[in-house]
Amino acid sequence: MPTLELTNPAALPADWRDFVALTKPRVMYLVVFTGLCGLLAAPALPPFVLGFTAILCIALGAGACGALNQWYEVEVDAKMRRTAKRPLPAGRMDRQSALHFGVGLGTFSVLLMGLATNWLAAVLLAVSILFYVVIYTVWLKPRTAQNIVIGGAAGAFPPLIGWVAATGQVSALPLLLFAIIFLWTPPHFWALSLFVRSDYAAAGIPMLPVVAGVESTRRQIFLYSLPMAAAAIAPWPLGLTGAVYGGSAAVLSFVFLVLAGRVAASRSTEPAQMHAEKHLFAYSVFYLFALFAVLVADRGLAW
Amino acid sequence: MVRPEEEVIRKRQRERARITALLLGAFVVLLFFITIAKTGINW
Repeated sequence: MPTLELTNPAALPADWRDFVALTKPRVMYLVVFTGLCGLLAAPALPPFVLGFTAILCIALGAGACGALNQWYEVEVDAKMRRTAKRPLPAGRMDRQSALHFGVGLGTFSVLLMGLATNWLAAVLLAVSILFYVVIYTVWLKPRTAQNIVIGGAAGAFPPLIGWVAATGQVSALPLLLFAIIFLWTPPHFWALSLFVRSDYAAAGIPMLPVVAGVESTRRQIFLYSLPMAAAAIAPWPLGLTGAVYGGSAAVLSFVFLVLAGRVAASRSTEPAQMHAEKHLFAYSVFYLFALFAVLVADRGLAW
Repeated sequence: MVRPEEEVIRKRQRERARITALLLGAFVVLLFFITIAKTGINW
């Protein structure tokens, strides 16, 4: 009977915790939160169990994206400090298991979404998974510095899916929520990529700071923050939300623009000294959480 | 006598089987409540 050597961990059945790690649970929080806010902001709430299932499907779909992204990028992940300890580059799992897990999870999430809520939400979930895996991971990310600009659409789907799961149709507010995340993604990721650019350069990923340089990236961060702020405030003058959201969005966006302005004015070249970039990155996560939380509170007050 | 590596394999298989069983059980319960919600019966 053949025996397996412990010196080759990939020959062992992977630990279940590594399958969890494959879904990038830390990235999932924001996806689940924005999806939940899209659902809660909708004019009609579904029964609790159907709403719960919709959010579960969004989370599972995001997990499938994470697994398929890691399956495809194993060589790239092995070259970056930030990702080298993931299950595949670390050799704790074979690639085929990751592929089967990702495809299975994605298919399951789409079918369950269709059966529990409606098929428009399921189609949007399928499109978001395919967009992230095929358009962003396989096509754009290794080829163009605009990868984050177009690929950001994949992360913008959750509130739209949450809304459609609740109502069965697309309308102006969820499209604006989509636009907010779409326009928020470039400044958010470029702030990060400025202080980890050596990692991206080593892995051959053409992120903007690697291709266009640090100064150009800082300018682009500020320029992209302007339409993002406009999209964030837009639901108020358009009459889709109340003053609570409008005032909060204006203040939150003003602080975002101030921090983006500090990044644009910064001259630091050493990652350890890039305080303005790190502050903007941390604030950008808080910004999205706060904006969507205020949106739900505002819609709750309107009922 | 069981070799140490076989013991590691069996331990992982046991853990994975347990997690799979738990997830399947949770899925059955979820399907039950989805069915109840979809039929629109107010309990």
